[in-house]
Amino acid sequence: MYIYDEYDQRIVEERVAQFRDQTRRYLAGELTDPEFLPLRLQNGLYVQRYAPMLRIAIPYGLISSTQMRKLAFIAREYDKGYAHFSTRQNVQFNWPALEDVPDILAHLAEVQMHAIQTSGNCIRNTTTDQFAGVAADELVDPRPWCEIIRQWSTFHPEFAFLPRKFKIAVNGATEDRAAIGVHDIGLNVVKNDAGEIGFRVLVGGGLGRTPMVGSEINAFLPWQHLLSYLDAILRVYNRYGRRDNKYKARIKILVKALTPAVFAERVEAEWQHTKDGPTTLTEDELKRVATHFSAPAYETLRGDDDAYLAQRQADKGFNNWALRNVHAHKVPGYAAVTLSLKPTAVAPGDANDRQLDAAAELADRFSFGELRVTHQQNLVLADVRQADLHALWQAAKEQGFATPNIGLLTDIICCPGGDFCSLANAKSIPIAEAIQRTFDDLDYLHDIGDLDLNISGCMNACGHHHVGHIGILGVDKKGAEFYQVSLGGESGRNAAIGKILGPSFAAEEMPAVVTKVVDVYLEKRTPEENFIDTFQRIGMDPFKERVYAATH
Amino acid sequence: MQQLIKGEALVRETWHLLPADTTLDGMSNCDDLIVPLALWLDHAHALKARDGGLGVWLNSDEEVEAIADDLEHFQVVALNFPVFSDGRSYSNARLLRDRYGYKGEVRAIGDVLRDQLFLMKRCGFDAYVIREDRNAEEALQSLKDFSEVYQAATDQPQPLFRRRG
Repeated sequence: MYIYDEYDQRIVEERVAQFRDQTRRYLAGELTDPEFLPLRLQNGLYVQRYAPMLRIAIPYGLISSTQMRKLAFIAREYDKGYAHFSTRQNVQFNWPALEDVPDILAHLAEVQMHAIQTSGNCIRNTTTDQFAGVAADELVDPRPWCEIIRQWSTFHPEFAFLPRKFKIAVNGATEDRAAIGVHDIGLNVVKNDAGEIGFRVLVGGGLGRTPMVGSEINAFLPWQHLLSYLDAILRVYNRYGRRDNKYKARIKILVKALTPAVFAERVEAEWQHTKDGPTTLTEDELKRVATHFSAPAYETLRGDDDAYLAQRQADKGFNNWALRNVHAHKVPGYAAVTLSLKPTAVAPGDANDRQLDAAAELADRFSFGELRVTHQQNLVLADVRQADLHALWQAAKEQGFATPNIGLLTDIICCPGGDFCSLANAKSIPIAEAIQRTFDDLDYLHDIGDLDLNISGCMNACGHHHVGHIGILGVDKKGAEFYQVSLGGESGRNAAIGKILGPSFAAEEMPAVVTKVVDVYLEKRTPEENFIDTFQRIGMDPFKERVYAATH
Repeated sequence: MQQLIKGEALVRETWHLLPADTTLDGMSNCDDLIVPLALWLDHAHALKARDGGLGVWLNSDEEVEAIADDLEHFQVVALNFPVFSDGRSYSNARLLRDRYGYKGEVRAIGDVLRDQLFLMKRCGFDAYVIREDRNAEEALQSLKDFSEVYQAATDQPQPLFRRRG
């Protein structure tokens, strides 16, 4: 992973000093609430329902065991002993005291971490594929590009006060696990016929109030021009994005208003002035950054491990886990493993300090001391020998990490919701738990197969409900919490926004509603179909008829 | 009393900033004036004929392209921040410096707060009118918040990756 040099370290330490002084001035009454607001937000600090919430950056989801142990320490010392991994591959603490935040940032800086630009109307943490660098279907490793973008975007002086927040995602594989279609900018690293690297550039995707899939504005941007082209996009957005209405301020609204073709022309015209300038990337810089992501010291193994395959035959529990939580690796004899943070009755994405330490321990023991955070709110050990999988499974079980549900209905993406967040219309965690309890039969769950169920407590869509195969949105109906269901969303290569099933439901109806939706799929599916395939073939009506026939 | 930071020091203010609805009626001939863009666009000829210094100010929704051909006439271009969270004037400043090669004073006016000065400096501002209720002496410190930067901007056209040892 990327290791700071003296420059990176100095910038982060100066940020700590700056924020310490800003906090001091705020507490001394020299800064008003509205003035302190963007300063604290650009350090990831929200004032929430019960306490401040501090969001810490995990750049493109990559974290070392040392850093994970520091999070455990912060959870113990400054929080109530747990942390929450978010859908932006970041981590959040829900209970720090405002006056402690400068100290927390100083602790983070010791392990090359920070909270820079994790909130506010600026360029946020760049996200990518949790299997970057190890996926069997990868064409180009996206991580060096993410780091190059991280450095370019960190304290970019022109784009600190954009009309609205701005999110960039990078994908380098055949499949799109980074959901680039629903980001302000989506970059797909590609190679042209001559074998040169470049980017397919999508702009104007996003969730929130007006969900949209991004439009292509450049089919092949040569890599040398990445940063000047991003500068051009951001400058057009900074100057012409709407600032009169926060709900119409995302870049997607500008792209739609101008049309993608006209927006692309504006970017092109702006870019012509800066193209080939000093911001043009160099071979040296690409090499310098890419070296940090070179492959670890893999053993040369012949292929699938015989003992591992035999253990799967012998132990159904292990086999269930291997089916869902173990993923193909490009190196023979290795596998990537997801540690599930979705056991029933734990808020999705939550881990306590003991688990954070344990995850660090597992990374040291089994995966070269590194972990990844997924946008589905789980952890990944990316480089595990197949021969070690059984031992890892047993150790993971002891820590509550081995729920064999990755990609299944109970692997729910869920925002903190009304239990914590002051924006939420409704609670989301209890809905997730009620659904997990309903689908607690493992054979049944595995039979249902791949199914993304995403829950957001309000239309800001932190739980990505629009792109869930089943999406659940908390709504306020005359002061009461209700839930609107949508079907058919997708976040991968064929990104799509789900369609609303019909009138919303009370919380206690939700498990039955999801059960009915699943029943229709099980009755109508062909042997090779997953939920989303059946939905696309038969459409909304059969689901609608079943769900509303019983309740009305 | 207005507080003006010029470069990295507090200086005495000599310019008069005229409001957006200013007309030519009764305008001083000798004072140093910063006029609104609309007045310049309507009365460039008369304004050029004055003896006093001339500057122009643009609001955040006005584009520097409107004065790109006139820059030789201005000793000051002031860019307004109606609220500090409106970031358009950062782009206007960079265009003035980087694209149109303006060498005169680029001044930040409006809701100008200490914690934005470092960003402003990077985008080509070299003068800042600090709000009267704030300590301008202390604000000077924020021009030095960071000793190193990653990306190219007006004050440092070479990105760190071209300078890294």
